[in-house]
Amino acid sequence: MARMKFLCDADRCIECNACVTACKNEHDVPWGINRRRVVTINDGRPGERSVSMACMHCTDAPCAAVCPVNCFYTTADGVVLHSKDLCIGCGYCFYACPFGAPQYPRVGNFGSRGKMDKCTYCAGGPEPDLTPAEYGKRDNGQFTGYGSNRLAEGKLPLCAEMCSTKSLLAGDGEIIAQIYKERVVRRGYTSGAWGWQTAYRETIAS
Amino acid sequence: MAMMRAPVRFLAALMLLLVVAFAVPAQAQQPTSVNPQAQSVKEQELLKELKKIQGRGTLPDARSEVIEQPAGRDWRQFHQVTLRWIGAIAILGMLALLVVFYLVRGMVRIEGGRSGRTLVRFNAFERFVHWMTASCFVILALSGLNVTFGKELLLPLMGADAFANWSQWAKYMHNYLSFPFTLGVVLMFLMWIAWNFPSAVDFRWLKEGGGIIGNAHPPARRFNAGQKMIYWVVVLGGGAAAVTGYLLMFPFYATPFYTTDVAGMQLAQMVHAIVGVVFIAVMLAHIYIGTIGMQGAFEAMGKGEVDVNWAQQHHSLWLEKEAGKGHVRGGGVAPAE
Repeated sequence: MARMKFLCDADRCIECNACVTACKNEHDVPWGINRRRVVTINDGRPGERSVSMACMHCTDAPCAAVCPVNCFYTTADGVVLHSKDLCIGCGYCFYACPFGAPQYPRVGNFGSRGKMDKCTYCAGGPEPDLTPAEYGKRDNGQFTGYGSNRLAEGKLPLCAEMCSTKSLLAGDGEIIAQIYKERVVRRGYTSGAWGWQTAYRETIAS
Repeated sequence: MAMMRAPVRFLAALMLLLVVAFAVPAQAQQPTSVNPQAQSVKEQELLKELKKIQGRGTLPDARSEVIEQPAGRDWRQFHQVTLRWIGAIAILGMLALLVVFYLVRGMVRIEGGRSGRTLVRFNAFERFVHWMTASCFVILALSGLNVTFGKELLLPLMGADAFANWSQWAKYMHNYLSFPFTLGVVLMFLMWIAWNFPSAVDFRWLKEGGGIIGNAHPPARRFNAGQKMIYWVVVLGGGAAAVTGYLLMFPFYATPFYTTDVAGMQLAQMVHAIVGVVFIAVMLAHIYIGTIGMQGAFEAMGKGEVDVNWAQQHHSLWLEKEAGKGHVRGGGVAPAE
């Protein structure tokens, strides 16, 4: 099985936020929850770079390690998923996550954050693939389930698939690293594979 | 110059153009490729400088503008390894100590048995506050330990669903019972502060080890030095646990007084957890000495009255004072002045 990863080529990202919009739309993610976001560093100054960030599906994920009820699991593709049935909304994964990925339906006081939600790599959740239970409910202010399961349909995450500059890459880690390496060689510069050292304990040589 | 005529101006412009045109070849050749990277931000450099990478986003939540903060790895190490060691050593160590102490020393008995005469040690309100706080503490302690140790100890026994259910309820209890607990700590602080300042008597008591080793019973007022330490652990530890707990429970309202970003929450959790396990260890000793460790001690908080001989043995100065006020009753014998 492939080890799925995300890679954002910050030298290509134009901060169009289409990945954010595509994600919101694909999974019908309610207002207030942001599975993916684009952040611009040194905005307006020379050398500014934008990075699209979501759950990086870390190797040896810290969220999974600190979860007091062990609601996380890693799929055969290396995607880090969790069970909303088991989640108690304690917020610990948010404290441990290096990328600010875990989101909560309510802005959180009094231990009533609700069940955590995060990027699923468009791979659904623990329920059987492509079932309504896996997608979840979105009416009457409810937010259950995990959204669509594109991986089960043989497709890659929508955010990366529709990225207009192909800045955001998703897929087998070795393949996207190879694509990135070739780009770096051709254009002669890189600002680094953002988050890779933290998430996967590796960098892509440039 | 302001009145320069048009032909002159044209000539001047032409000359300038010529100068520029000839100057260009004299300068360095254009680089073969432009490196737009020259000034750009680099991830590893930013992380080295700031330990987190922050930018500008379009979401209203400012916390989402931090895109990377590997500090979570350190907190994970604390939560999964360090805290478990601290907790296990403090709690199991204290339990082992108490078992050994009980086996060696046994129950501290009232010398000469009960006199049959009693005096009030804690009134109804004091006992109510004590038991309210104590019962909350037991549940807070168990539900708190569940967060740190539950998935190792209980999860394999209960199964994932049952354990998640129990943990959800434990979390609710932990959150809601914090209110009566905090109220109890505040009330204890106020109603017993007068007797809990350190005094010269305490130094003698501590020097003689509180009579724990050997059979000496150094004099003490209403609270001996050991009880004063318990008092301050409860007031300061309970206070610290309450403050950090509410920071965790109301993550965003404390913003004017406290950094409520992820690093701030990690720190609050660390303080809360360490205070928690040390608190539990100290309370185990408190429960021990108040129950099986000492004859006649439990009734002080149980029915509120203690035997005069117990008071003579453990709180001689307090007994003198109370007897002087005529507070000793029963037995028909006049209190010793």
